[in-house]
Amino acid sequence: MEFDVANLNAGDTAWVLVSAALVLFMTPGLAFFYGGMVRSKHVLGMLMQNFFSMGLVSVIWAVAGYSLAFGGTGKWIGNLDFFGLTDAATMYPADPAGVEWFAIFTIPPLVFVAYQMMFAIITPALITGAIADRMRFSAWVWFLGLWAILVYSPVAHWVFSPAGWLFERGALDFAGGTVVHINAGIAALVAVLVLGKRKGWPNKPMPPHSLPLTMLGTGILWFGWFGFNAGSALAANGLAGQALMNTHMAAAAAMLGWLIIERLKGGHATTLGAASGAVAGLVAITPCAGYVGGLAPVYIGLVAGVVCFLAISLKNKFGYDDSLDVVGVHLVGGIVGSLLLGFFADPSINAIVGANPGVLIKDGGTNLLVDQLTAVGATLIFSGLVTFAILKVLALVLPGGIRVSDEDEERGLDLSQHSEVGYSYAER
Amino acid sequence: MKLVVAIIKPFKLDDVKAAVQNLGVQGMTITEVQGFGRQRGHTEVYRGAEYTIDFVPKVRMEVLCDDDAAATVAQSIIESARTGKIGDGKVWVVPVEAAWRIRTGESGPDAL
Repeated sequence: MEFDVANLNAGDTAWVLVSAALVLFMTPGLAFFYGGMVRSKHVLGMLMQNFFSMGLVSVIWAVAGYSLAFGGTGKWIGNLDFFGLTDAATMYPADPAGVEWFAIFTIPPLVFVAYQMMFAIITPALITGAIADRMRFSAWVWFLGLWAILVYSPVAHWVFSPAGWLFERGALDFAGGTVVHINAGIAALVAVLVLGKRKGWPNKPMPPHSLPLTMLGTGILWFGWFGFNAGSALAANGLAGQALMNTHMAAAAAMLGWLIIERLKGGHATTLGAASGAVAGLVAITPCAGYVGGLAPVYIGLVAGVVCFLAISLKNKFGYDDSLDVVGVHLVGGIVGSLLLGFFADPSINAIVGANPGVLIKDGGTNLLVDQLTAVGATLIFSGLVTFAILKVLALVLPGGIRVSDEDEERGLDLSQHSEVGYSYAER
Repeated sequence: MKLVVAIIKPFKLDDVKAAVQNLGVQGMTITEVQGFGRQRGHTEVYRGAEYTIDFVPKVRMEVLCDDDAAATVAQSIIESARTGKIGDGKVWVVPVEAAWRIRTGESGPDAL
């Protein structure tokens, strides 16, 4: 359908434009969040893997990514109707039931395209934290592009497009708990298993080289997340305000939850714990942001902070080198949020919840929880399998494989992959 | 001539510098170094994972002085660097065969 300019609302459009910029800013924020946690010889390698997504995925999104995610009325994947973004006025997703879902939207289609693009950029970037310090840059380039097309676009279609099978079932995901965090989190776990451990892990200490950078990155992420979640209302209205408040409260409560259990178990409240807790809360509230109210975000945040803290010790138990805890924070946090939505979703906050309120809400039941479990399970299976296939194929066809040589790993990604160093202390 | 070498706690540097200067010593060189003695290292905790860090940051101070002054300089470093807690560091004195001031070419004690 064609966008009716009479429907355009300047306030809504302005807010979504700003939100697109906020979400874009999260990718550099994530780069610094991760970059501070690696050793200094790998800092540029980490920053580059993240920044490069802003280059490659943007172009892919404009050419075909958006169309594959939001074109057509198929259940499983979009089509190429919007290939190359040629007809800007018609680029709304079609609604198979003839409801013309997007007819009620008050922002131009291209603004929606741009806003969704920022999600496509940051989602694969999340994976970089798990595979830190050991992937060849050229292998990352191939993986990033293929993953954006083969994994991100289909899953975004399932959940975010009105035609998608999970959307039709009634599974809820306000801003990307499944599409972004569970999707990237399971891919991160698979990538770690295929790539193997960093040399020397877990016996050799690999402490963060700059927690100030990590704290800075956390601040940028928190700030940008208001665009991520409140922008997902696609309007400047009360729902956006609810989502913004929920986002903030969950981050705050998760920071407290993480620090309390860290203090109880380890004796200290750490800055890295404060940062990790806040991010865990932001992850968990992402699917819930526009569907819950009252103190639900505080409960969700507290649970996420505690559960994610406990989840990061799994890697030591099972021996997978999820270097910067993408699995513990994003995969587990995303699952916690998506499932807790089945307990807290409230139709008085958002009418879309409709006849299926969460378990703990008045007249609630388990219908939504079952849908949420289905969405989580489907994302885990699909993303896990396709990620595995992409990496295995790349390992076979790329002449240098997907992993750096032992020598290059020892020298650091900065020098071996980019011929640069992050920090130059003396004039040379 | 002697070279007095001291490994001290970084936060004691100002005290030690003042004490040594009070003796009329004209110059010194310091370096930020890492090491361990009987104090060993310390533990750092990141997301619940404990790391033992063996090498502790210290300052290495080098003072070039006359044979007669070496014992006094060493003694003043010991007194000013002492906290009484483990990890206060070490001082030692080594003989120096020759020394020159580069600007003037003076040598021996005149170069100090």
